[in-house]
Amino acid sequence: MNNPKQGMTLIVKTVTRVTVWLIVLYGIYLILHGHLTPGGGFGGGVILALAFLNIMLAYGRETTQKWLNIKFLEDIEAVSATLFLFMGLLGIALGGHFLINFLPKGSPHSLLSAGNIPILNVLIGVKVAMSLFLVVWVLAGLHEEEGGQS
Amino acid sequence: MPVETWLTFILGFMILGSIIALEIRDILSSIVAIGVVGLGVSVAFLFLQAPDLAIVQFLFEIFALIILVRAFVKKDYHIETPARVNGFIVAISLLVLIAVFVSSVSVFKLLPPFGQPLFETSRHYVTHGTQETGAVNLVTAIILDYRAYDTLGEVTVLFTAILGTITILRIRKGKDAGRKGT
Amino acid sequence: MTLYLMCFALFLVGVYGLLTKRDLIKLILSIAIMGYSVNLLLILFAYKKDAVFPILLKGTVQGTMVDPLPQALVLTSIVIELGTTALLVALAIRLVQKFKTFDITKIRRLFG
Repeated sequence: MNNPKQGMTLIVKTVTRVTVWLIVLYGIYLILHGHLTPGGGFGGGVILALAFLNIMLAYGRETTQKWLNIKFLEDIEAVSATLFLFMGLLGIALGGHFLINFLPKGSPHSLLSAGNIPILNVLIGVKVAMSLFLVVWVLAGLHEEEGGQS
Repeated sequence: MPVETWLTFILGFMILGSIIALEIRDILSSIVAIGVVGLGVSVAFLFLQAPDLAIVQFLFEIFALIILVRAFVKKDYHIETPARVNGFIVAISLLVLIAVFVSSVSVFKLLPPFGQPLFETSRHYVTHGTQETGAVNLVTAIILDYRAYDTLGEVTVLFTAILGTITILRIRKGKDAGRKGT
Repeated sequence: MTLYLMCFALFLVGVYGLLTKRDLIKLILSIAIMGYSVNLLLILFAYKKDAVFPILLKGTVQGTMVDPLPQALVLTSIVIELGTTALLVALAIRLVQKFKTFDITKIRRLFG
């Protein structure tokens, strides 16, 4: 059967190399259009995590560890949660209450509208994506430590 | 068919699915049955005109299934032992729960009937939401502008829970206790 | 009102599972069932007859909408349920590695 350390067969690897970018594109679309259509930061974040999971399943854990820098992903997760807090404090610094909507609100139905809502959507999406991917990464590492197959 | 008939059907299906998930002995089958219950919740959200919630419920359900199956379904795991199901506790709990259910009927009669919500706080959000925040999606406007503090609390809770999960699953027992492994 | 009662019955199925089952995995599944039923009950409270979803579409007149406030609260609740499930699964894995059984009546000794 498939050895979990080396990933899957060649066909799966080639198809993943082509189609995983479509999944990432769909996740970014859901995050950025969060104030116009249903979706938002949470749905887009899960889809980004599923794209990373696709890479990890197709190529195996060791190759993915050489590709991606796991320490960097953990740092991104912590930084984006802190930036959410700083956006709120920035509202106090500019003279309103905590988490006030201080950027200009454009015209409705356009992409660059609604103040700082798109920025908060992006921060939440990145944070949720990194969190969920790290949980599955650690679960996969646990099984390798025990020596069992998936 | 009106919405209420669909919802009654879906809820009956969900109750049946959850009873099956709890009583069946094979682990993989019970996890799949829980997945079906979660999908039923997502379809019910679609009938209740909440597309945002249907997307989020469906995706998070899939992730919960992935984590459960990855952690518990292995070749050499057991099937739940049927030994000595304590009949006394089962009978007492069933009696207590049926008593609670029957006595709650009078409480549920006091609620407003299905299809006529009270709408006191949300009247301001629905009528002035778009001009005050500029967002067309009213649910996003509520969670990121009117009630952004709740979203900050939720990000904190999710961060703490995932941090706890990663810390518990990362400690290597035995020899390499000091090495920080990834 | 039948819908509210059926939702409450789903919650009671979850409580039954929590009270009588002895397998660790069944306890985790019971907590998930209770979470689903509470989310569904909150959205059942927010439905208005013959209304549309709370998003303004371009070029159409705004009709009556369903209540958007419980939808925002339930969105938060769904995300937190996933965090709870992940933490419970991590604890269960470590317990099984230590005690080598899934039965909670056999896990009695405190470690240390």
